[in-house]
Amino acid sequence: MDLTLKIWRQASGLDKGKFVNYKVGNISHDASFLEMLDILNEELVIKGDDPVAFDHDCREGICGACSLYINGRPHGPDRGITTCQMHMRNFKDGETIVIEPWRAKPFPVIKDLMVDRTAFDKIIQAGGFVSVRTGGVPDANAIAIPKHDADLAMDAAACIGCGACVAACKNASAMLFVSAKVSQFALLPQGRPEAHERVQKMVAKMDELGFGNCTNTYACEAECPKEISVANIARMNREFLTAKIVAQKA
Amino acid sequence: MVKIMYASITKKIVMSLVGLFLTSFLVVHMSINLLILFDDTRQLFNEAAHFMATNPFIQTFQWILFIGFIVHIILGLVLQIQNWMARPVGYDRKGSSEMSFFSKYMIHTGAIVFIFLLLHFANFFVKAKFGHLEEITYDSGTFEDLGILVVQLFQDGGYVAFYVIAILLLGFHLEHGFQSAFQSLGLNHNKYTPVIKVVGTLFSIAITLGYIAIPLVIYFS
Ligand code: HEM
Ligand code: FES
Repeated sequence: MDLTLKIWRQASGLDKGKFVNYKVGNISHDASFLEMLDILNEELVIKGDDPVAFDHDCREGICGACSLYINGRPHGPDRGITTCQMHMRNFKDGETIVIEPWRAKPFPVIKDLMVDRTAFDKIIQAGGFVSVRTGGVPDANAIAIPKHDADLAMDAAACIGCGACVAACKNASAMLFVSAKVSQFALLPQGRPEAHERVQKMVAKMDELGFGNCTNTYACEAECPKEISVANIARMNREFLTAKIVAQKA
Repeated sequence: MVKIMYASITKKIVMSLVGLFLTSFLVVHMSINLLILFDDTRQLFNEAAHFMATNPFIQTFQWILFIGFIVHIILGLVLQIQNWMARPVGYDRKGSSEMSFFSKYMIHTGAIVFIFLLLHFANFFVKAKFGHLEEITYDSGTFEDLGILVVQLFQDGGYVAFYVIAILLLGFHLEHGFQSAFQSLGLNHNKYTPVIKVVGTLFSIAITLGYIAIPLVIYFS
């Protein structure tokens, strides 16, 4: 298939950036989207042009490195997959595909389609962990956990931190990401001791970094490659409210 | 400033509580308004209006309502401005992945409702409180005839049109707002959330039709 690609090019964070149109031809329907970009980049390199920078790593939907806002949708058309899992059969021959970077104040563009997602790491550092002491290996069945809770915690933990929720949200809100990270611990007994402190610190960090607020538009859930549910956002709000009310003053 | 003082979730929780409070007021207000359609002498309506204007509990509540509106509007603006600031560079292709359509237009529907409220305030509240209304006598006593004010205003086609549009937008505001308020409060449950969503939609339709019926019936009769 032959395609026109309208791609955001920006040399660095300081550069203003603009859209540039490229033509690619003879692309297989079975090629992955990133393979199609690889082909474009090879052609650009041969011509002596600067290849298009984009994030990728595992190319199998588990690492969360790939991004790209394709035709108005993070990770492109199709539900529940990342850009690296998406194939060219989702597009029509002759189509123009618009490719943009994630847009959010806390995700500044590094180059072209690559954005700096360190903001997510900072939120995790603020409280997205369980403090454990070293020592003997605990008995795996010492603490009984209802299957239903374990499943919900696993569903939340499926978040790969790609940032599609922020990209999709009209407010560039990180609530789906943060709520998944809060929930995966809040649902399990191991996470309870630090639960109140955790939710308050992570929310404070999220606000400080300049992410938007949640209007419950639910575009995040629709675009999440791991189909994380907005029920997690409600859980986080619940956790936050309880923490504010019952937690002792620090 | 507000950002430093209150967390995003705190603001949303206050917003949702105030929003639900304003919603309950809509029900009371509509019930009284509808009375005007039930008799030609406007007796029911005028008596109810008299009760609302003189009952000490309602009079105190009125101030809480007033504060509620101010809080809702200020917080709505603060949230919206922060949301705009969170994405300084927009997309070329606007997204449309939302699952609650009217959530995208809360500030717009809210702004029109606000203008409507100001006009409404000048037309009814100020006149009822500070202006001079004619009196009308029924067998139960003599009352100020607020009802005639309503009937006269709704003779004006332009005003009726604006009223109808504003209420429609209020309905859109509620269609998203009702279920959103529960989600903001953390009340999401796989048994109840689907029910809340349906109830919210039916409720918004009922409120919209209830309010719109009054100017339309008066204008066309
Ligand atoms: C009778 C009048 C009104 C009622 C019953 C009402 C009700 C609600 C409800 C229930 C919500 C959802 C709260 C949540 O998601 O937590 C909401 C949100 C909102 N309201 Fe209103 N509202 C009214 C008037 C207004 C006005 C006059 C404005 C003017 C600016 C306004 C602006 C907003 C905004 C911007 C939001 C969305 C906030 C966000 O989620 O970011 N509302 N409203
Ligand atoms: S490259 Fe790892 S998820 Fe796409």
